[in-house]
This record gives sequence, C-alpha cells and structure tokens, in this order.
Amino acid sequence: MNKTYNDRTHLYGRIWILTALVVLIMVPVSICVKYDAWPPLTAVLKGLLGVAPIFWTVGTIEVFTYGPMLGTAGSYLAFVTGNITNIKAPSALSAMENADVKPGTEEGEVISTIAIATSSIVTTIIIALGIILLSFLAPVLNSPTLKPAFDNILPALFGGLAVVYISKNWKLSLAPLIFMIVLFLLVPSLASSVGILVPVGALISLGAARIMYKKEFI
Amino acid sequence: MNFNPNSAFMYTIAIIVILFAIAQSIFFLIRAYNRGVAIGMTKAKLRKTIISTTVFTIAPALSILLGVITLAKFLGIPLPWIRLSVIGAITYELPAATTTATALGISLSETITDPKVFSAISWVMTLGIIPGLILIPLFLKKIQKGILRIKTKDSKWGDIFMTSLFLGMISAFLGMVFADLRSGLSGWIPIFVLLFSALVMGICGFLIKVKRMKWLETYALSISMIAAMVFAAFITPIIG
Repeated sequence: MNKTYNDRTHLYGRIWILTALVVLIMVPVSICVKYDAWPPLTAVLKGLLGVAPIFWTVGTIEVFTYGPMLGTAGSYLAFVTGNITNIKAPSALSAMENADVKPGTEEGEVISTIAIATSSIVTTIIIALGIILLSFLAPVLNSPTLKPAFDNILPALFGGLAVVYISKNWKLSLAPLIFMIVLFLLVPSLASSVGILVPVGALISLGAARIMYKKEFI
Repeated sequence: MNFNPNSAFMYTIAIIVILFAIAQSIFFLIRAYNRGVAIGMTKAKLRKTIISTTVFTIAPALSILLGVITLAKFLGIPLPWIRLSVIGAITYELPAATTTATALGISLSETITDPKVFSAISWVMTLGIIPGLILIPLFLKKIQKGILRIKTKDSKWGDIFMTSLFLGMISAFLGMVFADLRSGLSGWIPIFVLLFSALVMGICGFLIKVKRMKWLETYALSISMIAAMVFAAFITPIIG
C-alpha cells in the first residue's frame, strides 16, 4: 500500500514536472511566433554562455542536495515553483520541526508537501496581488527605509532557523559551521556562489557526523 | 514591428503559467492532506502547518515581488511575473537578462521595445533553469531509494544523515553572512541581524517551553524573521 502511494507520487510528479517543462518552453516559443521575433541563435548562445555554466551546475547540485530534504512530492513541486533556498526549504524544515515529524518518514513527506504547496500558493497570490496594487506598493517596498530590511532577509531567516537546529544538534553543527565561517572570511567573493557551497557544507557535515557516530560521540 | 512587453498577449501567457503553478500546488496540497488524514495524523496538526507556512511565506514573497519590480523596469511586468512565480529567483534572472542584453549590445536602462532582444532574453532565462526540470524526473526516485536504504540499514544513522544535510545547508548560509565582515562596520550588519533573529527565536523558545505558550510555535520563525528585518531597517541608517 505504502509503496504504491509513493510510486503514484512519482508518477504524478513526473507528469506535472514534464508538463511544466513544456509550458515553460512554450513561453519564449509563443513570444517568437506571435511577434515573429526569433532571436539570432548567437545572441541566445552568448547570453547562455554567461549564465549557464554556473546555473546549470547549481541546478544539478540542487537536485541532489534538496531532493532528499524536500521529500518526493515536495521536490516535484519545489523544482517547478522555485525559490527553494529562501522559501521552500526553510518552510518545509520548520514545518517538520514544529509538527515533530522526521524528514524521510511518511509523516515527514505529508508535512513537507503541505508546507511547500502552501508556500507556493501564498507566494503566487502575494505576487499577483502585488502586481495589481503595484502603483501603490512599489514606492513603499522600494523606500530607502525598508531596503535594509529586504537586503537582510536571509540572515533574518537563517538566524531563527539556525537556533532551533543548532541547539538540538550542536555537536553535528560544529564542523560545517566553523568550516563555512572560516571559508567566507578568507574568500568573501564566494557569497555569490553560495548554491555550490550547500553540498560542500552537507558533505563536511556528513563526514564529521559519520566519524562521531562511529566513535559513539553522538 | 511595434512591441510592448506589457501587452495583453503577454499578460495572457503570464496568467496561464501562473494558473498552472497554482493548480500543481493545489493538487499536491490536497493529496498530502488526505494522505495525512489517512495515515492517522490529526487535522489540527495539518492545519497548523498550513497556517504557520502561510504566515512565514509573506515576507519572503514580498521580497520576490521587489524582484519583479526591479526587472519590470526593462522587461515589463508579465515576463518577470512568470519568471519569479515559476522556478526563477532574482539572483538568476537579473544576470540572465543583463548578459543577453550585453551580448546584443543593448543597455538595460529602459524598457525593451525590440521583440528580438526580448525573446532572446526570455530564451536565456528559460534555458538556464532547465536542469532541475529534467534531472528531478530522472533521478529523484533513485535518490529517494538511496535514502530509504540508508534508513532501513541503520535508522539512527538515517536520521543523523538527514539532519546533517540540513545542517550543511544552514551552515553555508550562516557562513555567507560573514562574507562582508572585512568591509568595516557596515559588514557587521548581517551578523547583528542574524544574532537578533537568533535572540528573538531563543525568547520564543523560552516562552513556548517554559511559559507553555504552545500556540507561539506556529509563528516563532515568522516573528524572529520579521523582527530581525525591522531591526535591520533600524540599525542600517545608524551603522551604515
């Protein structure tokens, strides 16, 4: 029973994600057809050359790091609706923590899917409302007073999240945390490629955890 | 040919894509909710997850809206709306737009009126985010099976394995906050914000555990995040 439910999640997930792929490709195709504006291939290639090496690498890495964290349905959904690091992963993580369920279990799968689906819907609605109210909202959101608040949204989010996680697993946290802080102090320019460093952090954390586990320290 | 990136046609495409994303979310939301009930989870617990996630999502969603506003200056509203509602993130879309514009010798100082430039940008934005959509259907099942194997072999190590993955992610983002430290006092702002958020979360934890304010659990992450954002808005003019 359990197996078939999970298998069906994969089946539905694949149908949705491949349909999403077609829908997304249809966006530039329909622009080109409607306005008879097929761009020169070289322009697209030059543009891609500037971003693809980094973003294809990060995209590939994300599949293997976030895939296990977000659960089955959560991954199929999060990789379509995006904003994984700043919304989807933190909301799934904190929802599982609050509901007292473990990632990778059946309950964890339910809670993380509900969290990711809810945050996708809310994000989409807020952006849509924001666009309707754009003339009113734009000056407020762009005001110099609020700018630092939005510039610091990641530290504001990860500070709270870290307290919960690190206080519960401080032994496991030490190695990746010290490594990352030293690394960013030595090479500040890495901040722009933090996506690549997520799996590095995960590997260090896993390695240290394995050693501590073998030595029965945790 | 006269081209307007804010045309009714572009809005129609945007609405179709956005409805698709909402439909997929609703499909999995209902399915997970029903599954939760079927395996004996309480409806109260499932609803609590929906409420806390809704509250938590508001502030980050507003920051995404800021991204739409930024891109709208030269791409019009519909394309950024599509890109940032589905897969995209401002950290990707902005470089994708600028590199393509540079390749075509165009500056992004005003709204694009050349349809070919616009379509080239939309192609680069779309092709740049393809890997996830192809790799997830190919590999997710294998990844999940691997995790399951680790869990069945040794369930304690399985739990530690998952926690370590999360801690790796959290560490990378915490480390990133220290990147600007050498740029002087203003480089400390993100660290102060981080610590303030941690402090508020600590206070929430105290109230939840010691004062038994269980309801606060639902909002603790949102409260610490928004309090720290307000704190950032206060200290930046003083320090920066």
